[in-house]
Amino acid sequence: MTWTKHDYDDIPGTYVFDGKQAHGAYPLNKLLFSFNCEGNRRDFERDAAAYCDRYGVAGRYKELVLTKDFLGMLRAGANIYYLAKMAIPRGTSVQDAGAAFQGISTEEFQAKLLAKGAGLKERLAKRGGYWNG
Amino acid sequence: MARIIGGVTSSHIPAVGNAIANGQTQEPYWKRFFDGYEPAKTWLREKHPDLAIVVYNDHGLNFFLDKVPTFALGCADVYHNDDEGWALAPVAPFKGDAQFSWHIAESLVEQDFDICTCQEMKVDHGFVNPLRALYGTCDPWPVTTIPLAVNTVQHPVPSARRCYRLGHALRRAVESYPDDLEVVVFGTGGLSHQLQGERAGLIDVEFDLQCMDKIANDPEWMTQFSNSEIMRRTGTEGIETIMWLVMRGALQSNVKLVHKHYHAPISNTGAGVLVLENYE
Repeated sequence: MTWTKHDYDDIPGTYVFDGKQAHGAYPLNKLLFSFNCEGNRRDFERDAAAYCDRYGVAGRYKELVLTKDFLGMLRAGANIYYLAKMAIPRGTSVQDAGAAFQGISTEEFQAKLLAKGAGLKERLAKRGGYWNG
Repeated sequence: MARIIGGVTSSHIPAVGNAIANGQTQEPYWKRFFDGYEPAKTWLREKHPDLAIVVYNDHGLNFFLDKVPTFALGCADVYHNDDEGWALAPVAPFKGDAQFSWHIAESLVEQDFDICTCQEMKVDHGFVNPLRALYGTCDPWPVTTIPLAVNTVQHPVPSARRCYRLGHALRRAVESYPDDLEVVVFGTGGLSHQLQGERAGLIDVEFDLQCMDKIANDPEWMTQFSNSEIMRRTGTEGIETIMWLVMRGALQSNVKLVHKHYHAPISNTGAGVLVLENYE
């Protein structure tokens, strides 16, 4: 039994969510999906360990959940959109998570993003055909 | 006979919903992004299409990972938004057109697109936010909708080429419906962004602009790329851009470019608005 290799496997700093990721982390993603319901989010807050047990999230997966290790969960197969269901209601934005993935502050992460738009209006004007405010 | 009058693209980032809800659209961070929607809003007001087919991906509201359809079509008279755990307040339900949906489903299957039909389908921010950006938050909504969900979340996801061809089939499906309906197709999501991993925060402005120009004028160009190539260049979540090709495939090969707007960064993404109009 072998997981098929893909030509996206070597993209650095990237964990493409495919069958291999989804299979191992199925209970973890089921737990994260449950956070669509306010009642479930409250139950988790009350007793996270018991909540993991309810969803069959055990061993290293459980440890990652209890320590709120977002990068660890991602590497272990959590889907990023599902992970956001745990992060956002707890006050961790997608940008906070992005910063945590890189080990930098949110302000540094945001500054890096803003730099991507430097000179945009001039660039669009040169290219032509774009609405440009 | 039903006809497609044109297509519109829009980002569907969650923060758009909150920016509208919190009255932040004219704040410095958001102003240019939202102002660039105005010509698209004007076009929609003037053309007033009866129905919008919204091509989007579900991020874990309607579909869990137990069943992941590659393409899924809403076949109901109403679609509800709901709590998706992302701190977005749900909006008013959307009116559907079940008879038209089932006609589209039948036509697509006949054309070898074996689409999943959904008689209940919750629509998440991927569907809702483009409508909010293009119409404002309404109750009731001024347009009937049909959701068309594309799996861009769990690989394998369909190729750009497959999405483009689905668009061709969608056009034939719409044009074979007897009712006199004017239809617009919304291609949502994109452009370049990556939310996950150490490479989070990736935006490739050059590739985004090339995508916008090519999708308007030479959409076949985009179909040369594998999903791996697209993700390498635009980020894992940038793969959503393949949904623009469903919209583009549903239009004539030569279209009138009404409006083109690009902004980056907004939230974590490069965001593009295209308004493309079919010739009469």
